[in-house]
Amino acid sequence: MYPILEKRELSPSVKLFVVQAPAIAKKCQPGQFIILRMDEAGERIPLTIADFNRQKGTITLIFQEVGCSTRHLGRLGAGDSILDVAGPLGQATHIEKFGTVVCIGGGIGVAPVYPIARAYHEAGNKVISIIGARNAELLIMEDEMRQVSESLHITTDDGSKGRKGLVIDPLKELIAAGEDIRLVMAIGPVIMMKSVAEVTRPHSIKTLVSLNPIMVDGTGMCGGCRVSVANKNKFACVDGPEFDGHEVDFVGLMARQRMYHEAERIEREAGSCSCHH
Amino acid sequence: MPSLRHKMPEQSAEKRRSNFSEVALGYTADTAQAEASRCLQCKTSPCRQGCPVEVNIPAFIKHIKDGQMDAAIQEIKHKNNLPAVCGRVCPQENQCEKHCVLAKRGQSVAIGRLERFAADHGQTHDNGAHPALKESLGKVAVIGAGPAGLTAAGDLAGLGYQVTVYEALHAPGGVLIYGIPEFRLPKDIVRKEIDSLKQKGVTIEVNAIAGKTFTIDELISEQGFDAVFIGTGAGLPHFMDIPGENLNGVYSANEFLTRVNLMKAYQFPATATPVHVGKNVAVVGAGNVAMDAARTSLRLGAENVYIVYRRSEDEIPARSEELEHAKEEGIQFHLLTAPVKINGNDKNWVTSLECIRMQLGEPDQSGRRRPLPLEGSNFELPVDTVIMAIGQGPNPLVQQTTPGLAVNKHGNITADEAGFTSKEGVFAGGDIVTGAATVILAMGAGKKAAAAIHDYVQGKKARNHG
Ligand SMILES: Cc1cc2nc3c(=O)[nH]c(=O)nc-3n(C[C@H](O)[C@H](O)[C@H](O)COP(=O)(O)OP(=O)(O)OC[C@H]3O[C@@H](n4cnc5c(N)ncnc54)[C@H](O)[C@@H]3O)c2cc1C
Ligand SMILES: Cc1cc2nc3c(=O)[nH]c(=O)nc-3n(C[C@H](O)[C@H](O)[C@H](O)COP(=O)(O)OP(=O)(O)OC[C@H]3O[C@@H](n4cnc5c(N)ncnc54)[C@H](O)[C@@H]3O)c2cc1C
Ligand code: SF4
Ligand code: SF4
Ligand code: FES
Repeated sequence: MYPILEKRELSPSVKLFVVQAPAIAKKCQPGQFIILRMDEAGERIPLTIADFNRQKGTITLIFQEVGCSTRHLGRLGAGDSILDVAGPLGQATHIEKFGTVVCIGGGIGVAPVYPIARAYHEAGNKVISIIGARNAELLIMEDEMRQVSESLHITTDDGSKGRKGLVIDPLKELIAAGEDIRLVMAIGPVIMMKSVAEVTRPHSIKTLVSLNPIMVDGTGMCGGCRVSVANKNKFACVDGPEFDGHEVDFVGLMARQRMYHEAERIEREAGSCSCHH
Repeated sequence: MPSLRHKMPEQSAEKRRSNFSEVALGYTADTAQAEASRCLQCKTSPCRQGCPVEVNIPAFIKHIKDGQMDAAIQEIKHKNNLPAVCGRVCPQENQCEKHCVLAKRGQSVAIGRLERFAADHGQTHDNGAHPALKESLGKVAVIGAGPAGLTAAGDLAGLGYQVTVYEALHAPGGVLIYGIPEFRLPKDIVRKEIDSLKQKGVTIEVNAIAGKTFTIDELISEQGFDAVFIGTGAGLPHFMDIPGENLNGVYSANEFLTRVNLMKAYQFPATATPVHVGKNVAVVGAGNVAMDAARTSLRLGAENVYIVYRRSEDEIPARSEELEHAKEEGIQFHLLTAPVKINGNDKNWVTSLECIRMQLGEPDQSGRRRPLPLEGSNFELPVDTVIMAIGQGPNPLVQQTTPGLAVNKHGNITADEAGFTSKEGVFAGGDIVTGAATVILAMGAGKKAAAAIHDYVQGKKARNHG
């Protein structure tokens, strides 16, 4: 059992847990994730390790309630426990001094981008960050991102915070202004990562994205997380989750993410999960 | 005229097609005794040569014949830690039963069924007596809780070692838990076998991924283990690299079976993990894995389930009992047929599997006749789901993170008969060494490695103290 020591609500649908998991806290690196299973009937849910404290033996998870399993998870609180937490999974982000690095987080994607931005910052890079959300209420981790960034740009779809528009708008301007960008790290909805990759492609700016296909085991055993990268199948859980954004088949990824939409509807209508009530 | 083997009662094909309960129901005591009486108690017991762990077959069969069921299971357990499992899933016709003197007329003693009978008797009549733990002879770590790892752990605990098993998934058992379906191997049986290991003093840690949560070197240098046994299996699914393999509705057999068995998708939405089946399912391959995927699809409501296999019936690698059961249940076989392409619709869902007919040519390296495509014989099989069951490679996480551990060109860990690897104190066995094989071979490897680990640790201790 993995006790939840602390719970915070970052927005009405985004929750933060600090979880006791000493073996994982000891080992994890930015870019890695865990897979948890809430209880005996639960799904195996992959979540990025948004922060960790090696001394205290804790990891921080930030998740958005999108479906039955994550909503169910969101009902747990400090003092409750999670049945299974396995990790750290996936390849760690390669951290070195590149020069100027732009870190882009969209929606819940700000959570996984944060530890990476911090690591780039600590390695001596000039980190320019762009974070965005649909509206002000959904924007998370602004203060944390500000602390590790040379400058921080904020966009919202409705203009309720920062500037109205998409995360690619400030990116285009940075490029147009001649900023010597060595690397772009973009994490967020697939459609956002795809458009970031399209913006940087003509300028040949190396662009990394972190993919979130549907997963089961997270150890390379099922192949459910396969994505086409440079026309070759990769297993995101062991080969990724980060890949070169210019080589990823985003359209295929989006289609595969919708595989269980019908089943999810049945699940909601059956009212078998607690989110229904 | 030799007497005939006793049949084992089964659920009717009609009934079992729609449930996940066990297909084969097991002998009654009377039938078991009658079957046991057929054994000639051969002095040379050729049957034993066919058993990778050398169960004393005539001895346990004689106990059954005499009605001494406790003695029968004790006898088996000298050699086999998981008899209730082996009695169900060993390919007996190629092992013990193949060597039985009565096999020549196709009526070998039903050794597997008798083993199953004795084991089930043992599980329901466990007298609860377990040997007290001796003083620990040393500490051994086992990576992977499949048949290889569990067998090594059981033997080492029995010898007096403190054993910790580290398993990546949330439940121990390996393929026995996530792969082989409930209707062939009830999970309760596996759990009981694992509980009896725990009672022997074995500690099992789940959610512990070697190469990620910790490394093999750390186990030895930081955690003070005297030796490590690696039994991580062949769990990496192969795909065919044909167009359309990433369409929705295409699964590896591993994913399909894991969703159903480990995650209990057959109870969805009471459990949270879904699985897609549809009306028409094509399973590519014809091994045990393929039969399990096909028969599982049927039980989940598919109307037509096809096995697509590029060779002929003679080459089918599945256990003969599984093949028979699959046929009885109405699985449809497209033999000498190979997939070339998977077609989909604009929503990215599978609509059909395009195949080509094959003919058999000259024998290849495996000695089997090589299938060759018949040009122009393409046809389409309309399906909603395609399940790839064409084999698995070795799980790579340990090899990638353990310097000094030699692997072959396929990525399997190199180990000798006794389980010694190229790395001091590190042993390996089961599918991770041999490639995908059988439960009993994995167990045999675990047993040999346990003995080698015992010699190694005691030898090292003697040198250090000497
Ligand atoms: C490596 C990785 C890291 C992730 N990190 C985070 C994170 O830090 N914070 C966060 O909020 N989310 C993260 N996700 C996504 C998160 O796992 C899914 O949102 C969650 O599993 C959805 O479950 P659900 O039952 O609530 O929703 P559902 O109703 O089941 O599905 C909603 C959508 O989530 C996706 N999804 C469903 N099941 C899975 C699954 N097993 N794996 C991946 N996606 C799935 C599907 O696209 C689906 O359309 C990550 C995913 C991956 C693969
Ligand atoms: C669907 C199916 C049906 C089969 N049917 C039969 C049959 O009828 N008869 C038969 O004899 N054989 C059958 N087999 C084959 C048989 O199951 C295998 O040969 C056998 O299980 C191999 O045992 P193992 O212990 O080597 O590996 P596995 O059973 O594969 O167990 C390996 C374990 O190690 C764990 N692991 C992997 N990597 C790590 C890591 N890095 N850290 C920690 N743990 C790790 C895995 O999660 C797994 O639990 C079948 C196989 C499948 C897939
Ligand atoms: S373990 Fe398998 S091969 Fe050995 S006697 Fe039992 S059924 Fe036969
Ligand atoms: S070979 Fe057959 S008949 Fe002879 S001892 Fe073995 S099981 Fe009995
Ligand atoms: S999640 Fe199963 S292989 Fe990646």
